[in-house]
Amino acid sequence: MAAQRSDGERLAKALGWFSIGLGVAQLAAPRRMNRLIGVDPDGKSTATMRAIGVREIAAGVGLLSQPRPTQWAWGRVAGDAMDLVLVGDALNSDDNDRPRAATTLALLFGITALDVYCAQRLTNTRRAPMTTAVDAERQEGIRVRKSVTVNRPADEVYAFWRNLENLPRFMKNLESVQVTGGGRSHWRAKAPAGTSVEWDAEITDDRPNALIAWRSVEGAEVPNAGVVRFLQAPGGRGTEIHVDLRYDPPAGKLGALVAKLFGDEPGQQVDGDLRRFKQVLEVGEVLYSDASIASGLRPAHPPEGQAPQLYDREEAILAERSADTAATTSNRDRASSTPPGEPRPSSAMPRL
Amino acid sequence: MRANCWMGTQRVEVRDVPDPQILNERDCIVKITSTAICGSDLHLYNGFMPTMEKGDILGHEFMGEVVECGRAVKNLKVGDRVVVPFTISCGVCNACRAEAFSCCENSNPIPQVSEAVVGHPLCGFFGYSRLTGGFAGGQAEYARVPYADVGPLKIENGFTDEQVLFLSDILPTGYMAAEMCDIQPGDFVAVWGAGPVGLFAMASAKLLGAERVVAIDRFDYRLQRAVARAGATDVINYEQLDGTTVVDALKELTGGRGPDKCIDAVGMEAHAPGLAYAYDRTKQALKLEIDRPIAVREAIMACRSGGTVSIIGVYGGMVDKFPLGSLMNRAITIKTGQTHVPRYMKPLLGRIERGEIDPTMVISHILPLADAPKGYDMFVNKMDGCEKVVLKA
Ligand SMILES: [Zn+2]
Ligand SMILES: [Zn+2]
Repeated sequence: MAAQRSDGERLAKALGWFSIGLGVAQLAAPRRMNRLIGVDPDGKSTATMRAIGVREIAAGVGLLSQPRPTQWAWGRVAGDAMDLVLVGDALNSDDNDRPRAATTLALLFGITALDVYCAQRLTNTRRAPMTTAVDAERQEGIRVRKSVTVNRPADEVYAFWRNLENLPRFMKNLESVQVTGGGRSHWRAKAPAGTSVEWDAEITDDRPNALIAWRSVEGAEVPNAGVVRFLQAPGGRGTEIHVDLRYDPPAGKLGALVAKLFGDEPGQQVDGDLRRFKQVLEVGEVLYSDASIASGLRPAHPPEGQAPQLYDREEAILAERSADTAATTSNRDRASSTPPGEPRPSSAMPRL
Repeated sequence: MRANCWMGTQRVEVRDVPDPQILNERDCIVKITSTAICGSDLHLYNGFMPTMEKGDILGHEFMGEVVECGRAVKNLKVGDRVVVPFTISCGVCNACRAEAFSCCENSNPIPQVSEAVVGHPLCGFFGYSRLTGGFAGGQAEYARVPYADVGPLKIENGFTDEQVLFLSDILPTGYMAAEMCDIQPGDFVAVWGAGPVGLFAMASAKLLGAERVVAIDRFDYRLQRAVARAGATDVINYEQLDGTTVVDALKELTGGRGPDKCIDAVGMEAHAPGLAYAYDRTKQALKLEIDRPIAVREAIMACRSGGTVSIIGVYGGMVDKFPLGSLMNRAITIKTGQTHVPRYMKPLLGRIERGEIDPTMVISHILPLADAPKGYDMFVNKMDGCEKVVLKA
């Protein structure tokens, strides 16, 4: 699978350089290029050649700048089709050098075949199934890496995550996670129109206070795998949480649903989830604003009627946090005895 | 309830909206008695801050009476009189523990908006666009106050609203601007902008030991107030300079050294005579830059080598023609930040109590909440000697 992928990508890169070289020649010497392919270099054909040059350069840049330029590869195929029509037309005109145009047409068929092959390669590898978390290292699909620092000790942060049933408390689109035993769990995520998508997952690696890895078991609609690492943040700032996950978006309706599940941009949803994770652990609950309680744009003013359904609160954390709160209040009292401008005691707040 | 809502560029309306509710355990609901229009509200009014929506309730300077408490709020009770900081701070994150309350890591529920614009999420503020969390503001009859056990300051003595209202923003903001200057005996401090924050910065600079304070503005009435009420020793009206520049005028005042400390209390909508203004205003109108950094440019160019520039005026995004060479080669220190309001509230209440500073000096108008649109119009057009508008809910 990995070979197949580098295959398509290597070809895409080569075609990218080819596009740029061709485009530059077409822009710089459109008349000579026209003569070369057997077309009479009049004003109109010169303009057309220049326009094609611009298109070639754009396609080349696209192919070279994207890690997996599937769209650009298919874009090249569309460009080939256009060129085939133009050169085919040229064959019918007495003004043109017909043998040369015929040679050009044959050459174009060859390039088109190469472009189609490349685009298909890129497209196919995108749909490769996800098998194991280790395989995921070389896997196609979408990879998301995000991290956040939580001002709590690693054992607490790890324990909260390791209890997978906690995950829906901060993962916005997750409805429930049920631990089914033997390292396995059943995941259920919200989908549009009241439907949901479900899959089974298993923990593949579990190192207390350091790492949890998981993957979906075979047959999942949305194959996914991930690992979360817990590192001690320097300077006593708590715990760094590094999430690295991959998922394989299927095509069609389910694909759209999955896109929603993971956010419009890969990673955006995970980013929001991690910030909510931080809030749950540090504060005890997810904070709402007037604009954040509904999805989509709404004025920042109080909602109509009843307050929206909120997540369950983390009672234990809330209780613990009220101790923090008391400390914060006394913090302000203490500040009154230290006028601004004078150095404040650095160990102002007791660390928990 | 009635609330002053942003309805588009230079359009605000007092409308009927639903009453706020407790959404989180640490919320309280405050029945507002006094609120104010801030200079930074004018950036929203003039349409320069992105991510506003029609119907957003404005206002981040307010005080009133607690009428409802979430069950995790233990330090406040119904009936308490509180001033609410414009910054929303959780009190437990690393930033809050370091008293950098305006860098709170947990108070912006829609962090991706500001993360895209400024690289990291901004702290939550009341009534100040989705960049700062999308919270309803306090130019209203009621407001929901999140993390109410951290920010709000209980007022227990017989202060009037006008005496303590500005602890919510502009008094700590002006004070922090001066504090960031690390003022030494003999210091000459220049303050760009003689609005309310500028006046508090000048008064604070004097309190902290500045020898001379020069106020820079284009309205004579504001400059007169700076001298009469905030202790400014010198003034520069940059529209009446007769061929010289603010930088040259400052050098003239300081024997060629330049001010030791410079405070930008202007922000993104600065004015200046001549080409610089036209350049920035045009780029701003075309959305090629968000801010007009005229005041901060002048402050850097004017500041003495080795001096400090303190930026407290609000900026939103990218600027052009920033004098980085002057800044670097002349060893100038820049200090800036949104105000860590809760850090300053109680000490400044002490200064008010001892008569060291009188916040009411900046008030020019007191209007009913229903007249908020009139207040914005007067403030933005500097009509009728407008300096600071207080609204009574
Ligand atoms: Zn303000
Ligand atoms: Zn915080």
